Amino acid sequence: MTATTPESQLDALIACPTCDALHHVTVVIPGARARCHRCGTTLMAPRTGAMTRIVMLAATAAILMVAAVFFPFLELQAGGLSRQSSVLGAVLAFSEGWMMPLAVAVGAMIVALPFARLLAITYALAPMALGWRPAAQAERVFRWAEAMRPWAMAEIFILGVAVAMVKVAGLAKVTPGPAFWAFAALVLVTVLKDNFMCRLTIWKTLEERRRS
Amino acid sequence: MENARRTQAVLTARRAGLVGCTGCGKVHAAGDTVCRRCGASLQSRDAKSLQRVWAWLAAGMVAYIPANIYPMLLTTNFGKTQENTIVGGAIELFLHGSWGVALIVFAASVLIPIGKFIAIGYLALSARSKVVIRGHGRQHLYEVVEFIGRWSMIDVFVVAILSALVRFDFAATVNPGIAAVSFALSVAFTMISAQNFDPRTLWDAYEEDDT
Ligand SMILES: [Zn+2]
Ligand SMILES: [Zn+2]
Repeated sequence: MTATTPESQLDALIACPTCDALHHVTVVIPGARARCHRCGTTLMAPRTGAMTRIVMLAATAAILMVAAVFFPFLELQAGGLSRQSSVLGAVLAFSEGWMMPLAVAVGAMIVALPFARLLAITYALAPMALGWRPAAQAERVFRWAEAMRPWAMAEIFILGVAVAMVKVAGLAKVTPGPAFWAFAALVLVTVLKDNFMCRLTIWKTLEERRRS
Repeated sequence: MENARRTQAVLTARRAGLVGCTGCGKVHAAGDTVCRRCGASLQSRDAKSLQRVWAWLAAGMVAYIPANIYPMLLTTNFGKTQENTIVGGAIELFLHGSWGVALIVFAASVLIPIGKFIAIGYLALSARSKVVIRGHGRQHLYEVVEFIGRWSMIDVFVVAILSALVRFDFAATVNPGIAAVSFALSVAFTMISAQNFDPRTLWDAYEEDDT
């Protein structure tokens, strides 16, 4: 039976990624939310104009990341001495000798992976937001973006900055620079964008546009 | 109420002789190995999933030991070097009166990692049985573990920022200690462990009793 199930019949089904329960695909109106009847995982939550918003927010966040890397991040003043640090400075804190691998990992988690993920999302979804066919390899690129998600830790870094500022507060005066605000804005924009992203809807749209 | 729902048979992709994609939800015939929609590799149930969960969890727990023994921060003040471990740093913040921040640091570097070890261990041990906590409870536990685990990395970032900022040569310098490396490894290993866990096995346990 299984070997002969026609593809069109399979297309009418959806399996919950969390608990494997089968569901019939129904049209979910924008703004509504379809949940798995067994485990409650959100299956589809399409929003009107979500593609356009996701692409615009991702592109904005990517530009903010460039600003965040190159402008001064924090300035520390103590007893007439002052010291500036950029985001790269924080990454290079571990670059002495045997800690080098940690510098690479931190650089990846706070700059490279968040940035790569934003670019990947823009590349995979921008043509669809404009109503075109998906770009070449869009599926592979979007799969990468999903895999990078847990390792892109920009939002955790900004909380770390807040903790570090409290830690040195007794010792010196800390002034946030332009890059700090760019980074904070980038975190907000990324969170907003992830709120619009519905994985299953995006995959379904990618497939439909590829076929048409 | 809960019981009535539980005994109701749920049709899963596996029971229907099909394979569901965990990446995009597309349903495939049993023999397929690669998802036609998203390109992820397909497996009805990954038999080796629990083995990998245990292996990465063990690695994460081992790396957590030196992270607590060795210093996380080396603070040099006018030639005198003070070493701070993870817990020592949180205690110092607490003594300075920054309770809120001390709590964040303590939660991120002690409560969350240890809670995560216990939670993943419990999920892995109980995955195939229908014990104590019902499906939804375990599902929530898994979601919490997945969501909160990465926040432990905050301590590593704090060390990085402090080391980059506090560099007044003779007056005051902060350097990262060896614990920063093993703590970062511990967090990464437990994240990989949680990612290898297949939540579908949690729900399978309830299926077997009515087949
Ligand atoms: Zn489900
Ligand atoms: Zn798929």
